[in-house]
Amino acid sequence: MKTICLYFEIHQIVHLKRYRFFDIGTDHYYYDDYANEASINHIAENSYIPALKTLIQMAKDSKGYFKVALSLSGVGLEQLEQYAPVVIDLLKELNETGCCEFLAEPYSHGLSSLAENWEDGFREDVMMLCDKIYELFGSRPKVFRNSSLIYDDEIGSVVADMGFKGVLTEGAKHILGWKSPHYLYHCALNPNLKILLRDYKLSDDISLRFSNPSWKSYPLMSGTYVDWIASFPEEEEVINIFMHLCAFGIYQPLSSNILEFMKALPEAARKRGITFSTPSEVVDNYKSIAPLEVAYPMSWVDEERDTSCWLGNVMQREAFDKLYSIGDRVRLCTDRRIRQDWNYLQASNNFRFMTTKNNAVTMDRGIYESPYDAFTNYMNILADFINRVYWAMPADMDIEELNAFQTTIRNQDKEIQSLEKQIARLKASKETKPKAAKQKQAKADSKK
Amino acid sequence: MNVLMFGWEFPPHILGGLGTASYGLTRGLAHQGNVNITFCLPKPWGDEDQSFMKIVGMNTVPVVWRNPDRSYVESRYPWMDASDYYRFRDHIYADFNYIGVDDLGCINFSGRYPDNLQEEINNYSIVAGVVARTEQFDIIHSHDWLTYPAGIHAKQVSGKPLVIHVHATDFDRSRGNVNPTVYAIEKNGMDYADHIMCVSELTRQTVINKYHQDPRKVSTMHNAVEPLPQEIQDIKPIEHPNEKWVTFLGRITMQKGPEYFVEAASMVLNRTHDVRFCMAGNGDMMNDMIRLVAQRGIADRFHFPGFMKGRQVYECLKASDVYVMPSVSEPFGISPLEAMQCMTPTIISKQSGCAEILSKCIKVDYWDIHALSDAIYSICTNRSLYEYLKVEGKKEVDSITWDKVGERILSRYNSLLGR
Repeated sequence: MKTICLYFEIHQIVHLKRYRFFDIGTDHYYYDDYANEASINHIAENSYIPALKTLIQMAKDSKGYFKVALSLSGVGLEQLEQYAPVVIDLLKELNETGCCEFLAEPYSHGLSSLAENWEDGFREDVMMLCDKIYELFGSRPKVFRNSSLIYDDEIGSVVADMGFKGVLTEGAKHILGWKSPHYLYHCALNPNLKILLRDYKLSDDISLRFSNPSWKSYPLMSGTYVDWIASFPEEEEVINIFMHLCAFGIYQPLSSNILEFMKALPEAARKRGITFSTPSEVVDNYKSIAPLEVAYPMSWVDEERDTSCWLGNVMQREAFDKLYSIGDRVRLCTDRRIRQDWNYLQASNNFRFMTTKNNAVTMDRGIYESPYDAFTNYMNILADFINRVYWAMPADMDIEELNAFQTTIRNQDKEIQSLEKQIARLKASKETKPKAAKQKQAKADSKK
Repeated sequence: MNVLMFGWEFPPHILGGLGTASYGLTRGLAHQGNVNITFCLPKPWGDEDQSFMKIVGMNTVPVVWRNPDRSYVESRYPWMDASDYYRFRDHIYADFNYIGVDDLGCINFSGRYPDNLQEEINNYSIVAGVVARTEQFDIIHSHDWLTYPAGIHAKQVSGKPLVIHVHATDFDRSRGNVNPTVYAIEKNGMDYADHIMCVSELTRQTVINKYHQDPRKVSTMHNAVEPLPQEIQDIKPIEHPNEKWVTFLGRITMQKGPEYFVEAASMVLNRTHDVRFCMAGNGDMMNDMIRLVAQRGIADRFHFPGFMKGRQVYECLKASDVYVMPSVSEPFGISPLEAMQCMTPTIISKQSGCAEILSKCIKVDYWDIHALSDAIYSICTNRSLYEYLKVEGKKEVDSITWDKVGERILSRYNSLLGR
C-alpha cells in the first residue's frame, strides 16, 4: 500500500549585523535585532501560523488519517521563542493531536557534519536539539535529518551509532541513477539506519511551481497530484515529500490557495487508498530493499544537490575551516554567550551568502551586496569571536592541557566542597565536645 | 562595409583613455572581416599602427588649392600615399584662405587639447567636409564630442547615417557644472546622430536624461581591454612579504574621489600597521591630499610617487595587493581592468561604468568609506579572498575582449543600414 510521508522544515537564521573591522575587539554583539524580529514576524504571520493552523485542522478533521513530520532547528526555535511564541503554542497543539512527529537535526542548522575531526561536536550539536525537543514536546526524536538534508555514508554511520533508526535525505539523481526514490533504503555502512529519499519533483511541484501560471500543470489540484502518486508502479510504496514550511505563504503566496490544496489532500488520498505516515512509521512498517552508497555528501540545495553552495569557493572554505578550528576550545567554554554565538555563527546560511555560483533562482543575500561583502562581514565577526574564545581558552595551551586544567578546576570545586564539609564537621564536633564536657561537669556537680 | 571614423587621439601618442578605447574598438571592428575603416585624426605622428585600417591625417588634407610637386608631398608626409593628397584636392568645396593654411593648403592641428580647442574643433569639421566628399563609405562613426561637428558635417554632405560614440559627457568631467559651449556641441551631435553608443549604462542614462535623447536610439557598448603584451606579462612583481600595498592610480582630481581613498586608508591604519598606501598620479587635488594625509597622521605609510606612465604603471599594479578606484563618476574606467589583468584584486566604486560588467571585484559606494576600508582590510587579512579575486578576476577580465565589442558594433551598423 502506498503511503505519503510529508515533512516540513522550520528554520530561520539569526541575521548578522553590519560589522566593520574596526568593531573587532570593541563590539561583541553580532546580531541585527530589528531584521530578526521583522523577518520572523513576517514569516510567522504569512506562513508559519496559517500553515500550522491548517495542519492542525487537517489532523483533527481526518481523525488521525493525516500525518506529518516537522523538524525545527534550535536556532530557529530560539528565534520563534523570542519573537513569535504563538508558533510554539501551535506546534504544541499540533503535537497534541498525535499526528505529528518531530525529527532531530543539528541545533545550529550548521555544517558540523562536514567538519573534519568534529564527530563529537556534531553529536553534541544534535543532542542539544533532541534535549530541546524533549523539553518542549515531551518526546525524543528517533529519526534524523541533517541541515539541508546533507548526507553521506559516514554521516549515516555516525547517526546510526547515535541510535537513530532513520534518516531523511535527498533523492538526488546522481546518487540514485536508475533507482527510484519511492523505496526505503538503508545506509551502506550500517543496515540498521533506514534512508528516506525525497521525491524532488513532487516536492518542488508544491514548493516551487505551485503558483506559476506558465507551468504546464497549473493550476494543480489535489486530485491530480494524488493521481500522479497513484499512477506509480505498485511496488513503489513510499512517497517522500519534503520541503520548507515557508513554501506555504512565502515561496508560494497564500492567495494561490495552496492551503486549500493541502486541506483537500487527505481526502483525495483516502479515496485512492493512499495513507499518510510519519518517518518513524515508514521505518517501522516498510522493508529496506537495498543499501544506498553515498561516497560524497549530497544535499537538497541547487541543481548540483551537493555542498558546493556552502563550501564551493576558497572564501567559504577558509571561513569554514577558521570557524571549526576553534571548535574544541568552544566546547570547553562554559560561557553562555560564547556557546550561543557559536550556534548562531555555525548556521549554514552564513556560508551560503558567500556563494559565487550562478543560480537560476536569484538569491536573497540579506544585507549583503555580494559574496565578498558577506565574506568580509562574517570574517570580521569571526575574528572577534575567535579573540574572545582565545581569551577564555588561551591559544598557547593545547587542548589536552586545557582539558587537564578544567578537570583540576572542576575537581578543585569538589575538593573544596569536601574540605569545607570536613571543616564544618570538625567545627561541629569541637562545639559539641565542650558542651559534652560541661554536661559531664554538670552531672558530676549534681551527683555531688 | 566602409566606415568613416573621426577620432582625436590614437596610440602610441595618447593623452587619456579616449585613444586607447578608439584603438581597441577599431581593431575589434576590423577583426570582424569585410570592414574597411578610414580613421581621421587631427595630427598623426606617422608611427600609428595602420595594419588594420587607414589613417587620414586632417593636417594633410588640403582645403585650399595649391600645386606642390608629388615629391615634395612625399617628403613632407612619407607615411601616407601622396595620391590621396591630390584626390582630396579635387574635392575642396569652398574658399578657406582666411583660416591660415600652410604651403600645402592644409590646416595645422595641435592634436591635443589646447586653449583654442573650439577653433580646432571647427577646423577639424571643415576638413571633414573635404574627406566626406572624397571617400566612399556607408556609415560615419564619431568618437567623443570633439569630433561630433565633423560627423554632422559628413552626414550632411553624404546623407549616410551617423553613429556617435560617447566616451564621456561633460557631466562626468565637471561633476554637474557643465560648460554650456561643450554641452551645446554634445547635444547637437546627439540630436543629429542616427545612433548613440555609450560606454556604459551609466553614461547612457546621462545621455537620455540630461541630453534628452530618445532611449531607443541610445545603446550601451561597454569597453574592453587589449591583452597585456608579453614584456609586460614578464614583469616580476616586487616582493614585500611583510606588508600589503594598496594603490590608487589616476589623476588626482575631484572626479576620481581621492579624498575617500585617504579617509579609508586612515581607518585601516588605525587598526593595522603592516599596510602601505600609494597614490600615484598627479592633478589639481594633489596638494590637498598631501595635506589631508598629514592631518590624519598617516604620512609614514602613505606615499605619493607622482605621475607614472608605460611600464611603471604595470610595475606598480603588479606590486600592489589591492587596487582601488573610488571614482565619483566614471563613464567607464579602464584601469581596474588593467589591474585585474595584472592579477591585482580590485575595489571599484559603484558609480563607475566598468562596475556594470565586472563581478569578480568588490564594489562599494564611493562615499562609503566604512565599506571601502572594510574591503581593503578584508583583502589584506583574508588570504582566500585575495586569492579568489586574483585568480577569478584575471579569468573574468580575459574574457572581455574588443573582438566581442566589434561584433556588437557591426551588428548595430547592420541594423542601422537595414541589412
